[in-house]
Amino acid sequence: MSRTLSAPVTVAFDYTRSVGPVLGRFLTGLRDGHFIGARLSDGRVVVPPPEFDPVTHQATADFVDLPETGTVTSWTWVSEPVAGQPFDRPFAFALVTLDGATSPILHAVDVTSAAEVSTGMRVRARWAAERTGAITDVVFVPDALGVPTSEVEAAAQPARSLEQLTGIVTPVSLDYTYAASPEESAFFQGLSEGRILGQRCPACEKVYVPPRPACPVDGVPTVEEIELPDVGTVTTFCIVNVPFLGQKITPPYVSAYILLDGADIALQHLILEIPVEEVRMGLRVKAVWKPREEWGTTIENISHFAPTGEPDADFDTYKHHL
Amino acid sequence: MRDVAVVGFAQRQMQDFDGSPTCAELLIPIFAECYEQTGWTKKDVGFWCSGSSDYLAGRSFSFVSAIDAIGVLPPVNESHVEMDAAWALYEAWIKIQTGEVDTALVFGFGKASAGVLRRTLALQLDPYTLTPLWPDTVSIAALQARLGIDAGLWDEAAMAEVVNRSLSDAEKNEYAVRAGGSSVEDLLARPMYADPLRKHDAAPVTDGAAALVLAAGDRAREVRERPAWITGLAHHTDGLHFGTRDLTRSESAARAVAAAGGVDGVDVAELHAPFSHQELILRAELGLDAGVRINPSGGPLAGNPMFTGGAIRIGEAARRIWDGTADKALGHATSGPALQQNLVCVMETTSEGTGN
Amino acid sequence: MGKMPAAVIGVGQTHHRAKREDVSMAGLCREAMDRALEDAGMTLEEIDAIVVGKAPDLFEGVMMPELYLAEALGAAGKPLLRVHTAGSVGGSTAIVASSLVQAGVHKRVLTVAFEKQSESNAMWALSVPVPFVMPVHAGAGGYFAPHVRSYIRRSGAPTHVGAIVAAKDRTNALKNPYAHLREEKTVEMVLASQMLWDPIRYEETCPSSDGACALVIVDEDVAKSSPNPAWIHGTVMRSEPTTAAERDQVNPQAGREAAAALWKQAGITSPIDEIDAAEIYVPFSWFEPMWLENLGFAAEGDGWKLTEAGETAMDGRIPVNCSGGVLSSNPIGASGMLRFGEAALQVRGAAGEHQVDGARRALGHAYGGGSQFFAMWVVGAEKPTS
Repeated sequence: MSRTLSAPVTVAFDYTRSVGPVLGRFLTGLRDGHFIGARLSDGRVVVPPPEFDPVTHQATADFVDLPETGTVTSWTWVSEPVAGQPFDRPFAFALVTLDGATSPILHAVDVTSAAEVSTGMRVRARWAAERTGAITDVVFVPDALGVPTSEVEAAAQPARSLEQLTGIVTPVSLDYTYAASPEESAFFQGLSEGRILGQRCPACEKVYVPPRPACPVDGVPTVEEIELPDVGTVTTFCIVNVPFLGQKITPPYVSAYILLDGADIALQHLILEIPVEEVRMGLRVKAVWKPREEWGTTIENISHFAPTGEPDADFDTYKHHL
Repeated sequence: MRDVAVVGFAQRQMQDFDGSPTCAELLIPIFAECYEQTGWTKKDVGFWCSGSSDYLAGRSFSFVSAIDAIGVLPPVNESHVEMDAAWALYEAWIKIQTGEVDTALVFGFGKASAGVLRRTLALQLDPYTLTPLWPDTVSIAALQARLGIDAGLWDEAAMAEVVNRSLSDAEKNEYAVRAGGSSVEDLLARPMYADPLRKHDAAPVTDGAAALVLAAGDRAREVRERPAWITGLAHHTDGLHFGTRDLTRSESAARAVAAAGGVDGVDVAELHAPFSHQELILRAELGLDAGVRINPSGGPLAGNPMFTGGAIRIGEAARRIWDGTADKALGHATSGPALQQNLVCVMETTSEGTGN
Repeated sequence: MGKMPAAVIGVGQTHHRAKREDVSMAGLCREAMDRALEDAGMTLEEIDAIVVGKAPDLFEGVMMPELYLAEALGAAGKPLLRVHTAGSVGGSTAIVASSLVQAGVHKRVLTVAFEKQSESNAMWALSVPVPFVMPVHAGAGGYFAPHVRSYIRRSGAPTHVGAIVAAKDRTNALKNPYAHLREEKTVEMVLASQMLWDPIRYEETCPSSDGACALVIVDEDVAKSSPNPAWIHGTVMRSEPTTAAERDQVNPQAGREAAAALWKQAGITSPIDEIDAAEIYVPFSWFEPMWLENLGFAAEGDGWKLTEAGETAMDGRIPVNCSGGVLSSNPIGASGMLRFGEAALQVRGAAGEHQVDGARRALGHAYGGGSQFFAMWVVGAEKPTS
């Protein structure tokens, strides 16, 4: 059995990329349905165009229109595609040297078996009907397939945009399995039973909550389990007035460091059931738990902390926790 | 230059690390082993430097809590590279060369199994014209392998020989996550995965961490009878653009080994080639002839924890100096797609000839 | 063995903006690099090694972007290092670059740090949800605001001190053509702005910027070619944990120890008297008085008194952030290097309108993580004697 709690996490964002003049030219070409390469200072014709010449380091300025036909100079068979690739069934990635270019571009070739692709084979671009100015606007197909002439002619003389593309959106979405450390896992398991479990560092004897895989002072795991009360003192806090992505509570609300009685480090949580302007350092608070049927292995079992009504703690009792 | 040696090395490798992506719990026993080997405590370490990646962990600042494993109050002199820990070793070696410190502990860590590694690594490519196609690392390596095959530079049998030797040697490596040699014929009979690569041609996805200890002069001599003195350490990079770079070569590896003083007299080389054909490229670029023992540990095809695999090669090479099986050993690290960036660390039993 | 002398002879930076939609990442870096090289009177071919720094890769959605950037940055065929030490990274990167020269390994090193924050959203990138825990503090402002409250409580500072800092830095930025925010601000305007993360107001926070900074750092020999090298008198990096039992988060030990080591290296006994200009990493206004204490410019609890008395203004005893600082431009990965570069500009007499007259020694400072990673340097107009 795993000693850790784990859960899936997706890290996803649609990145807005400004592309600058060189890539902008190349991507605009793709949107228009044709390839634009660069002639470098050493005479090589390269596509996609490097933004800066590898020899002179000057910004690329000499652009070359390239045809949509070329030759496979290397290939591989993607037997198990990953998410986001041009096809969700097996296909070929290839290095394709376009006619007139001196070096290849990496792209996908639409074939249904490895037997249909080989080094030296002729390929032709197949443009997407709806193009945005992205490398995904095109794939290659075997030239022998015989793309209808009308389509070839249409692609051969594409309309040229007057306006150059300046930005693209590239979605990046990655799936991970996040695991908490064994010590933190014990803490989250405890929460699922309504208990707050800390652990004492065997070296400095400080009580950490949550427990830690490594005491940050001594570099050893915290070990001895200490069950802590759900009552403590607000050491310091801020009043959040600003909305942010993923926020679960409507501002204004108080985010506070709460030093549970018996712990040597403060936890962060919310303070509710008191006007925000009345929250203060030294305020005594108690956890308000969600209904038991909503509990999971998460700190969110505690809905928030609320004032106990006790007198405030003396500054001297918590000032070394600021 | 100051005489600096590798005097400590500890590692862990595994298929699925049952722990957090910061790997703090994995680093603690590794540091303990380094202290045991050196007789030091953390107070003896003048500088700490680590290598790791946020994208491997799937979150920003993933390296921040790893330093808890050191125990960092009082505070420490510390740095981090978003690279394999072999480059952290380079930063630490530089720090010692400035005279600011005499000792350093270098570490790397990564939990590659937290995501889909070959897909995650597509984020290392040109974000405008390549990443949107999500070319996975195995596909890119396969394109490289075929270029060499088509050019007659190597063949599938030569690749299988690399695999067979690696997995046979890995049987003696307790940290190997893949081991067991068979024969070239048997390997070639296995199915293609990313034609012309079979699964065994690619390093297994590996979690792990490792640490290396560096010490200057007498601090090194106090630790070991045969410190692995670094007599050459250099790294270089090539461009990434597949159109402007000859993928059958690794010019940066050739430049790095030249800057590190060449390979004359090297007995053992640990090469960080995550794909079988890349070892063939490296042997040619580094000028390693048939007499040099390659990857006695089993090498990366037996286990390749990301951001640590290169540093482990240096540690494995250093061990051969300590135990007397080599008088001159080479550790190599790579980074980036298709051997883009390369580091060479040459170690010897004496520091003579380094211009002290 | 001592360090070999090293000097900054080229400083370049971009025009920092919320969105630099006119350039790619490579274009952004090259804008700063080309300015630094021009300042140094050098070409990319002459550079021995390149050191890149930036903060989390999730900002731009590229894993180790220096790999794909290598060719555009002129690093192909050269050694290339990538440093990442959280918010202090711009400073740490400059220190790593200088150590390549101080170790005697290279003669001419170019270092560049950048962030193109408009590719994503900083608040998203910094707070990707972690299972089992609950996001409560709402970004960096929410993280640091409670510690600012602690500082106010511990020092007894009047609550308008933060506004004094913000008004000063924003007004200083009017003299810096590269600054992102260039708007005259008064203390009253700052105090009237929205309270975002009480006690931090809107005008007391840094912007989110696209930008880059580059430095050319060379050895003694090469520095002879420069009319005004900024000599490196000391460099320090120190780290401590994000959270630890009873850790002082207002006046962190790592910062105090780093400063003490820095002043010792630079032969400085009274920083406030011997430093002519300071570029201090102040992303939220209250960090000026906090860091004045942490760095030893003022005794603990007294930093705000320097600020309140106007001593950190351009004509004060210790001018702080004459460039406008992080409060006026914040391309996170580059922000630390901008502090280091602006310090170099001051001692080179090259800071233009925001030059402190006759500055001979200046501090560059950066911090990151939860006030836990520190990087600092002292640069001077004179070559260090030891």
